[in-house]
Amino acid sequence: MQLVTVAGPPSSGKTSVLLRLAAVLGRQGKRLGVVKFDCLTGRDKDVFDAAGIPCAAGQSGALCPDHFFVCNAADAHAWGLSRGLDVLAVESAGLCNRCAPHIEGALAVCVVDNLSGIDTPAKIGPMLRLADVVAVTKGDVVSQAEREVFAFRVRRANPRATVLFVSGLTGQGAEALAHVVAGAPATPTLDGASLRFTMPAAVCSYCLGQRKIGADHQMGNVRKMDFPREPA
Amino acid sequence: MTSQYPTFAAIWAALPPARDFFAAQGLPMPAPEAAPADYFAALTPDALAEVGTDAGTLAARFADFLAALPRLGAAAPRLASLTIRGGTGKDGRPERLDLTLVPGDVVALVGPTGSGKSRFLADVEWLADADTPTGRRVLLDGKTADAAGRLAASGRLVAQLSQNMHFVMDLTVREFLIAHAESRLLADVPAAAEAVEGLANELAGEPFGPDTALTALSGGQSRALMIADVARLCASPIVLVDEIENAGIDRRKAIALLTGSGKIVLMATHDPLLALTAGRRLVFAAGAVAAVIATSPEEKTSLAALAQADAKLAALRDSLRRGGSLCFSQEK
Ligand SMILES: Nc1nc2c(ncn2[C@@H]2O[C@H](COP(=O)(O)OP(=O)(O)OP(=O)(O)O)[C@@H](O)[C@H]2O)c(=O)[nH]1
Ligand SMILES: [Mg+2]
Ligand SMILES: [Zn+2]
Ligand SMILES: [Zn+2]
Repeated sequence: MQLVTVAGPPSSGKTSVLLRLAAVLGRQGKRLGVVKFDCLTGRDKDVFDAAGIPCAAGQSGALCPDHFFVCNAADAHAWGLSRGLDVLAVESAGLCNRCAPHIEGALAVCVVDNLSGIDTPAKIGPMLRLADVVAVTKGDVVSQAEREVFAFRVRRANPRATVLFVSGLTGQGAEALAHVVAGAPATPTLDGASLRFTMPAAVCSYCLGQRKIGADHQMGNVRKMDFPREPA
Repeated sequence: MTSQYPTFAAIWAALPPARDFFAAQGLPMPAPEAAPADYFAALTPDALAEVGTDAGTLAARFADFLAALPRLGAAAPRLASLTIRGGTGKDGRPERLDLTLVPGDVVALVGPTGSGKSRFLADVEWLADADTPTGRRVLLDGKTADAAGRLAASGRLVAQLSQNMHFVMDLTVREFLIAHAESRLLADVPAAAEAVEGLANELAGEPFGPDTALTALSGGQSRALMIADVARLCASPIVLVDEIENAGIDRRKAIALLTGSGKIVLMATHDPLLALTAGRRLVFAAGAVAAVIATSPEEKTSLAALAQADAKLAALRDSLRRGGSLCFSQEK
């Protein structure tokens, strides 16, 4: 089984792209399944269910979504194996921009959309910088030139990545993505596999449920900003 | 990779965008005289925690980054010809098609929604090799592209212009053209931007200046700018035009501008006037090309009369807008 991590800002088109990818893989006789990690509730499982794509979904709720993801990654992998999948996609949104769910030895895909602004490729951090493939969506609604400028900024942020234009609406570009997935390494197990990026450092008092604001209530791993002092 | 450069100064000189690696990750900018290995070895545990990795991995990533940088400027494939060989339609019947297009050719794609025009375009873009639902084969310069070539060409082969497209960037016309010219790594960026502005103003009914915000352009102005930009600043050798609406721009001049820039133009249209500017029409039905019609001499003759009628209609629209009369006669 091949494991593919699919990350990107909320509503960038991850689910749409996966539906299109599943269709192309299906024609090649390969079965794709999805594990979706959400912060709060999400409708993605309904969408995958309706398309006949095996899907499991988990909500991090009050926990750090990044930590929640790593703690369940190996279980997700085991679920994929038990369902006899050929490709398991792990979709995650809502992870903070500092983090990335990408794993060494598994194909890492980042989905970004053309509408998100030209500074987005530089802003979204390791999720894009450490990806093997960047799928750029929503090209159907912006000008050709904006698509090109956006792709250029993506390549500048991560020159190693293969940049593909994929339409979540028509599926244009999904063949190219399927081609890259087909060439990705198999992931027989996640036991002992490494994240490409470290998770955020814990623990401060707020991690443990503190709600009161102010220096007296802060403990543990606390970092303070430097505010410039105006001369009086 | 980094070992071939004794210092960062040597790297900056050879590959200026290499600085992005440090800026993007919030790492301290290396001193020009420092050696790469020393820089990574001297990073503090705090700085390493911030980028989420150890010095060795970071150094290796920087080497990968440098190795990949030359791909930034990779231009779209140049092509002398594009060949499309038929596959099978949705009804399982073979598609009899062996079409070769060269730069400057214009082909109209006609047929109802769902008849297979989008799939045709997707086949061209992916350089289909009998591996899509249609079974078509697409050849560049008479040859099948290999896997690496197909991925490299992906997204660079076909530029698109459609009436659903809008400018969304928060930039002025000039800033935007500069950004586009820079992304092409052109030598004279300001001159390239100015040339596109001039062309766009020739096409647009109402002129606009370089300081106009992109999002404030009218429909016709936006379309004119998109067309001029694709003709001059876009490297893709093929352009798909998806129905240019009659928004006060000279559509035939627009097509001529694209072909004059050596593009192959595929044009999805149901406008007779535009369709007649094409040398051939591909008629789509049931997911396949059902017929290829070459524009006949009689049709070419009709073009003159049609253009006259079109000019009259345009004049009427203009008159309507200015509060004038709407009298129409076939004769004059
Ligand atoms: N025009 C256009 N819309 C798209 C495209 N891809 C996705 N969308 C739309 O964008 C919206 C969000 O798409 P999703 O696929 O749900 O995005 P997502 O990244 O999975 O969203 P979350 O999982 O909620 O973070 C939907 O309304 C899609 O129809 C595209 O290529 N073009
Ligand atoms: Mg989703
Ligand atoms: Zn995080
Ligand atoms: Zn905390």
